[in-house]
Amino acid sequence: MTEATIPVTSIGTTGVSRFAGILSSLRRSPAGFIGFVVVLLLVLVSAIGPFFAPDIAPNVKEILLPAGSPGHLLGTDNEGKDVLAQMIGGGRTVIFVGFFAAAISTAIAIVLGSLAAYLGGWVDSAVVTVADVFLTVPPIILLAVLGAFFKLDSPILLALLVGVLSWPVLTRAVRAQVLSLKEREFVEAARLLDLGTVRVVFVEILPNMASFILMNFMIGVTNAIYQLVGFYLLGLAPLSGANWGIMLNRAWIAGAIFNDASLAWILSPIVAIILLQLGLVMMTRSLEEILNPRLRDR
Amino acid sequence: MSALEKSPETAGRAPLMTLGGVSQVFHTKAGPIRAVDNINLSVNPGEVLCLVGESGSGKTTAARMAAGLARPSSGEVAFEGTDIWALKRDDFTNFRRSVQYVHQDPYASLNPTRTIQQTITAPLLKHGVVKSKKAAAERAVELLTKVDLTPAENYLSKYPHQLSGGQRQRVAVARALTLDPKLIIADESTSMLDVSIRISVLAMLGRLRDDLGVGFLFITHDLAIAKYFGWHGKTAVMYLGRIVEFGPTPKIINAPTHPYTRALIDAIPEPDPDLTKTKGRESLRSLEIPSLAHLPSGCTFHPRCPLFEDGLCDGAVPELVTIRSGQSAACHVVARDGVAALDDEARSDEPRA
Repeated sequence: MTEATIPVTSIGTTGVSRFAGILSSLRRSPAGFIGFVVVLLLVLVSAIGPFFAPDIAPNVKEILLPAGSPGHLLGTDNEGKDVLAQMIGGGRTVIFVGFFAAAISTAIAIVLGSLAAYLGGWVDSAVVTVADVFLTVPPIILLAVLGAFFKLDSPILLALLVGVLSWPVLTRAVRAQVLSLKEREFVEAARLLDLGTVRVVFVEILPNMASFILMNFMIGVTNAIYQLVGFYLLGLAPLSGANWGIMLNRAWIAGAIFNDASLAWILSPIVAIILLQLGLVMMTRSLEEILNPRLRDR
Repeated sequence: MSALEKSPETAGRAPLMTLGGVSQVFHTKAGPIRAVDNINLSVNPGEVLCLVGESGSGKTTAARMAAGLARPSSGEVAFEGTDIWALKRDDFTNFRRSVQYVHQDPYASLNPTRTIQQTITAPLLKHGVVKSKKAAAERAVELLTKVDLTPAENYLSKYPHQLSGGQRQRVAVARALTLDPKLIIADESTSMLDVSIRISVLAMLGRLRDDLGVGFLFITHDLAIAKYFGWHGKTAVMYLGRIVEFGPTPKIINAPTHPYTRALIDAIPEPDPDLTKTKGRESLRSLEIPSLAHLPSGCTFHPRCPLFEDGLCDGAVPELVTIRSGQSAACHVVARDGVAALDDEARSDEPRA
């Protein structure tokens, strides 16, 4: 049979062409592309930058230098530490915790939300009830209490905490989406072909809400970052090391906002956080196009 | 029921699927809705059974119960002689694979995020029909060729939105064929297609019916399609959840006995407008379809029926009784007076029409 000789590899898209497709999708929306570049730059600088930046050592001779001082582009803080070097080194934890926490909460939300909606019955009731209970607990207060008992100095532990506390909202959103998607005829067709619950939920239904999930993941990242920074700002986590949240806390405590010379010190982490958040939100737009085959081909 | 079992063609073979006294009641705020009320149907292997009726007549609900997608409120849906809701898990899986469904809307029945290849190979791989992805792709090509999508290789990497309605419906049929079903339930499968495409899809389905020996439960609101596709099979006409007439398709089309079926057939316009104007029409007493929530008493067709007799038709629900060989109807008047009742009525109506 002639049809049988068609090589299967030529049928599917290869890895290279898929990557090229993603790049071209990204370029199509200028806002999305700018967001992508901003996020990429911040991630690269945070990941690689610290290897090239000068050491952050206290220097009593150079306390509270204003921005633009020789050798200290963004000035120094009240211990004489270079602000730019702290900025470069301070993104790692924030970005890591943001993404890791959002990944945890999104994963929980996807699994619980979609199974609750698809299976219904007691599974649904149980998930919704537990989500409601979690929703009634204010996370910042719970974190404050936990911070008093445990030493929350590991980024992984922080990410776990933030992630585990922020799943209920997205779980309910995913559940609502699946409730409507599961009535669609292609889901019924998959059920008629007996493809199995796991497959129907995670292969047939979930890809149809990929952009929705991705958008919520990005919102999750921004929320986790705000929570983390807020956590540091309130001094609920040990102020060891250097990250944007700790910088903000120290600059705030030191009253940097009332001193012209130290304005760069307190504004730098704020600007960095805003840039990162803005980049993430703008980037989401393009990612939506990548994941939706309808938008992709236009 | 009796009419089905007595017909000589079905006597020797065990029916593939039987709906015995099946009802489906939906409980709504407006009260219980009897979408399907005590219907009896059976499909033999390789046979076509057309289910004809207007919107809201319960034909889709009946089809969904036959497919095991909805559980009947009462009655038994049997596949190869056993109630499907009493089956053990393995047997139910077997039933699932043997009965496939082709939806009405090809724009909704294919997953927009999956390529045609993914859609068709998923059941093949899941149920171990083929061993490798390569073999699955080859089988997908075969199936697509079978539904006239050629060259099939061109379609494999396409997404549903890149195909036309007719092409999508063919993909949906190819998907239904992946597990070698014994029965295909086609729920208005051609009603959303352009007329030109419809005939070719019907012809393709007809070929599958003849070549593969697949049984069809063919649901349509269009008697012309029932005539085209189910000529050698049987047709059941549904009205407000009940079967009002049942028999071999040619008899239903050419010599209907129930006044409702007659009205349906008379409503088909003739290609010649002069003929349409002068055509003797069954004149209905009302054009309004009663609400399922407030069904008329007795025969539910009585407020519209030209043969209506006060006291007889609005009393008891008419049973489906044999009018002539193989053809049965649920009508008090026809059951009492025979087919002659219809002819009298038609004649007396002629001047008015």
